[in-house]
Amino acid sequence: MTAVDVAAPARTARRRRSGRANGLTATSGLGLGVSVIWFSLLVLIPLSAVLVKTSEGGWSGFWTTISNEQTAAALRLTVGQALLVTVVNVFMGTLIAWVLVRDEFFGKRALEVVIDIPFALPTIVAGLVLLSLYGANSPVGVNVANTRTSVFVAFLFVTLPFVVRTVQPVLAELDADVEEAAASLGASRFTIFRRIILPALVPAISAGAALSFARAISEYGSLVLLSGNLPLRTEVTSVRMLSYIENGDLASASAVATILLLVALVVIVALDVIQRRVSRRG
Amino acid sequence: MSIEVRNIDKRFGDFIALDDVSLTIPSGQLTALLGPSGGGKSTLLRIIAGLESADTGTIQIEGRDATDLPPQKRNVGFVFQHYAAFKHLTVARNVAFGLEIRKRPKPEIRAKVVELLELVHLDQFADRLPSQLSGGQRQRMALARALAIEPTVLLLDEPFGALDAKVRKELRDWLRRLHDEVHVTTVFVTHDQEEALEVADEIVVINEGRIEQVGSPDELYDQPANDFVMSFLGPVTRLDGNLVRPHDLFLATSDPGDASAVGTVTRLVRVGFEVRVELDVAGQSVQAVVTRAEARNLDLREGGTLWIRPVAGAVIVEATERLAVGDLDGIDGDGADAVPVGR
Repeated sequence: MTAVDVAAPARTARRRRSGRANGLTATSGLGLGVSVIWFSLLVLIPLSAVLVKTSEGGWSGFWTTISNEQTAAALRLTVGQALLVTVVNVFMGTLIAWVLVRDEFFGKRALEVVIDIPFALPTIVAGLVLLSLYGANSPVGVNVANTRTSVFVAFLFVTLPFVVRTVQPVLAELDADVEEAAASLGASRFTIFRRIILPALVPAISAGAALSFARAISEYGSLVLLSGNLPLRTEVTSVRMLSYIENGDLASASAVATILLLVALVVIVALDVIQRRVSRRG
Repeated sequence: MSIEVRNIDKRFGDFIALDDVSLTIPSGQLTALLGPSGGGKSTLLRIIAGLESADTGTIQIEGRDATDLPPQKRNVGFVFQHYAAFKHLTVARNVAFGLEIRKRPKPEIRAKVVELLELVHLDQFADRLPSQLSGGQRQRMALARALAIEPTVLLLDEPFGALDAKVRKELRDWLRRLHDEVHVTTVFVTHDQEEALEVADEIVVINEGRIEQVGSPDELYDQPANDFVMSFLGPVTRLDGNLVRPHDLFLATSDPGDASAVGTVTRLVRVGFEVRVELDVAGQSVQAVVTRAEARNLDLREGGTLWIRPVAGAVIVEATERLAVGDLDGIDGDGADAVPVGR
């Protein structure tokens, strides 16, 4: 068992793989082709269309749109609340996943099902639920209607399952003996969590966070009833875009969409970078 | 005395894993806990490590009562069957883990890791991830990681169970040599009697939550306390209501005067240097093993008649009811995979 006999096959394997990259087999070629066409039809072409639409207005049109006070306020509100909600989800989602995987309690099965409801519900139904619960006639005495809090609450409601559902299976798959090994080496429960469990969960947490953020910045139905869509105060970008479209100003709507696209891209890339850092560190 | 186990009971629901087990494991030796799967040996090891708690009874490690200590405070090194590698850390950082927890100075940790990786012949692999190692290498890494904290006792739970036969044999020899170098009190669990006989200074045979016998490999093989121990340590056959080892049977083509039985050869199987003879003695199947030369001298043929008696000094143990006849039937393999009771 020397360095040579292990390193050698690895090297040949790498060469073989790179050799095959030039000539795909018929089946994998077909698979790749179908995937790319599918992805293009559903994602790349519509996204390009948005960019083309935006460019029709030229730089000045683009700049005029996003520097509009009302639009800028909507963007700030949406992105700000989405980031806040994502941070909350990272902690709460991981905690809920932990409870669902590690603890046995009465009603666990029921909770498992209930977790998905915010996700499965049509968002306008969610909006209705939130309005009747936290609106002007709130039975619990909490009235957040027409405030920024209502946006936050609606985001929280619809994004709850993402981190839970991405972390849960990874947590369930973790080997108990790895934690036992760490314990017998003297690691406290907190250290085991921080140095052994967390690095394994970070990719899943990051994926859940990305989904949760993306869902939040695009949210419409669940908040449109409760937030009141007050310009400069509780109006979010999706509502703002709708009013542009209703006024026939598609170029401005596309400009806002482009900004959202860029923000989503930046956040997803940032999460990936953080994820790589943390899961290597241990 | 290094590890004192006193009156340990452990149940999992209705299943009795350990039934009033008491055991003294001497310092500085390599002790094997040997027995069939589900016999309680792994549970005992895990209780010593603090990974499982006993229902009743006490554990002392080097004179210190460890019964209520968490695993973190017992200073034991534990090696798992499936390596339990920290997948996101390099080999060197896996080994350093216990020392980092103990907040040792960095240069000391680095020196210790280098020393240990040399000891387990992984010095060239320090910067690899566990996924880039073979099973045998991963297990050696796990051993180095356990040894890094300079444990009072080193516990290994079926350490070679997940490896293929060749690597298992290599690692077994290597563990023996390592122990001769390091001298830490070591307990390992195995269900492979060959592994236990070859590596251990002392063997504890555990079956159905009880200790059947404790002794050196020679003592166990030559003076088995009962039919279970005898049948677990190697192939046995039944003759006159007694158990005897197939290679301890003397065969003759004419009546030697003191034969225990006479039978007809029903089957001959040659495996390498030995010939396995299956005989029919009054409707009962009896197995014997002879060398190739003996077989030629006896001119063995299927259907031939042979007189049988145990050789002088043969180990003979009375067969009790708890040993099912079915477990002894058929010509057994090389002994490495004799099927024990309760499997």
